[in-house]
Amino acid sequence: MKVGVLMDKMDQDHILEVQDLTVKFLMDEGTVHAVNGVSFVVPAGKSVGIVGESGCGKTVSSYSITQLLPKSARLTGRILFRERDGQVTNITNLTPDGKEMRRIRGKEIAMIFQEPMSSLSPVHTICNQLSEAMLQFQGMTKRQARTRAVELLQLVGIPYAERRVDEYPFQLSGGMRQRVMIAMALSRNPRVLIADEPTTALDVTLQAQVLRLIQDMQNEFNLSLVLITHDLGVVAHMVDHVCIMYMGQIVESGPVKEIYDDPKHPYTKGLMNSIPKLRGRRGERVVPISGSVPSAYAVQTGCPFCERCPERSKRCTQGIPQRVKIGSEHYVCCHLYQSGKEEQDVINA
Amino acid sequence: MLRYIAKRLLHMIPMLILISIVSFAIIQLPPGSYLHTKMAELRASGDQISMDQIEALRIHYSLDQPAHIQYINWIKGIITEGNFGFSFEWNRPVKHLIWERLALSLVVSVSSLLLSWVVAFPIAIYSALKKHTFADYFLTFVGFLGLSTPNFMLALILMYVSSVYFGFSVGGLFSPAYLMAPWSLAKVIDLLKHLWVPMVVIGTSGTAGLIRVLRNNLLDELGKPYVVAARSKGIGIARLTFKYPVRIALIPFISTVGWQLPQMISGEAVTATVLSLPTAAPLLLGALRSQDMYLAGSFLLLLSSLTMIGTLISDILLVLVDPRIRYE
Repeated sequence: MKVGVLMDKMDQDHILEVQDLTVKFLMDEGTVHAVNGVSFVVPAGKSVGIVGESGCGKTVSSYSITQLLPKSARLTGRILFRERDGQVTNITNLTPDGKEMRRIRGKEIAMIFQEPMSSLSPVHTICNQLSEAMLQFQGMTKRQARTRAVELLQLVGIPYAERRVDEYPFQLSGGMRQRVMIAMALSRNPRVLIADEPTTALDVTLQAQVLRLIQDMQNEFNLSLVLITHDLGVVAHMVDHVCIMYMGQIVESGPVKEIYDDPKHPYTKGLMNSIPKLRGRRGERVVPISGSVPSAYAVQTGCPFCERCPERSKRCTQGIPQRVKIGSEHYVCCHLYQSGKEEQDVINA
Repeated sequence: MLRYIAKRLLHMIPMLILISIVSFAIIQLPPGSYLHTKMAELRASGDQISMDQIEALRIHYSLDQPAHIQYINWIKGIITEGNFGFSFEWNRPVKHLIWERLALSLVVSVSSLLLSWVVAFPIAIYSALKKHTFADYFLTFVGFLGLSTPNFMLALILMYVSSVYFGFSVGGLFSPAYLMAPWSLAKVIDLLKHLWVPMVVIGTSGTAGLIRVLRNNLLDELGKPYVVAARSKGIGIARLTFKYPVRIALIPFISTVGWQLPQMISGEAVTATVLSLPTAAPLLLGALRSQDMYLAGSFLLLLSSLTMIGTLISDILLVLVDPRIRYE
């Protein structure tokens, strides 16, 4: 029934659509269900934030998009990408390190990683690592690539770029290294940028700078941005649309303002309450979410959040809640909002 | 860089002095001297020797002087005229005995080392990339087989096989015709014909260890974030594997070159004895046994110097391949 051509349809305005993605890891200890049916879209030129605790599957989801997961990963669902000529490519059909996938990595979808310290080779110069993709995909000569590398370093705000370009990563600070990683992503002239917790390993003072840089680059290069973070505060200023992830599922998604002003899912509410407020009343306490994330080995039968949920009821343990549309672009996966007629929206979504 | 090398060379001087003292002290440590051994030998063969004769020999060999005078004279000879003293047992100056032996030892050791690298590196890289597959386990098994087979055993087997099935003798490093001949192209070719047996015998013992270490180094490196980052740039797997993780996994090997050479020279003693190789180890063993002090001492001194030179070379190479060391 599923005909490839028909199924690979996506909205004209979208550059990336993740549809019902599941990722399992086959380990000796058992199967880890890292991502359980995640769907989200990235409109061209817009930015989407994926927020969740560590281990909720947000990094795995982002690695799936460029097929960088280890061999033990088993992936289902579809990841549709709109090429420059308007054609749609289903990334899950590509061989992970095959020619097509490498073309997409090298020219279309670039990534920035969590650890700038270890994401650069310690024994190769910045120039060498920065010009690698340009030499391979843009047919540049070494001299051209070097010139471009210096330009890119200047662009991301590295002082003395002309000199820095010949240095080694360990000679740079963490913030500088993350700037190099951003330059490396930009060197490919990508259309989508996936930033996987780009500021987690950095000092608070640097976080703002790096985030602003990413935002500037997004505007300058008209990038579509997927920002993965555990920090709700980061997302608020950076993205148009936000997806809240818990235990490998997106429990709530919608425009960033709506989610902030009117969170629906008990988990989202919990996340909001656990942010210390700068202008909160004196003596007001941060409310943590009780309990901890259940084991990823467990097979879910009910709502994944029900054990920690303050609003749980009997039905929460009986069946995984479906995605329900509660605003024009606002969706939530919770039994509180579940009713018969919304089934229709589930199929359309 | 030049300053670094010069600094290292200067550091070597006090180290060398210390080593020469220790070498000399070691050969003085066992009770008695070459004379005692000699006297025991003469008595055993029924010869009577008088105290006068013993005293004459003692003076002849300068054994009547205190140890520090003997040491100073020995060192003076080495520095001023390259004279390493006199071998009592061979009745010849030490310098006539050791250089060719050391050179041949170096040839055998270096070629064995190269062989073990040539064999181990591809196997280790393959094993790491295909970890936990049948090929990985099989190669690991073969490697351990090589590790656990005693060298002398393998030497005997190879000698047996080559003389019984191929009809040529592989003992030694030269055919009888070239044994005493001066060096010539034909002699070098003859050497190469004999070299492969000790190369295989000595080389296999180290190969398994190398495979394990490199395989594990590489497995560590393959999981590092910079590999994922390189993949995310769209670089092909084979290309990035050799450019990044393999290169970095090889760095520890360079630092082992320094001590691997002298270790191989002294470690080949058993093999060299079984294969009757004219290398340094059997001669050193004999000299230590008969308390031929200047011969033994000179060997110890030269082997230690070789270790230091090897370490210097490996440190220079390390600086060249690993920029992190350069800037410390």
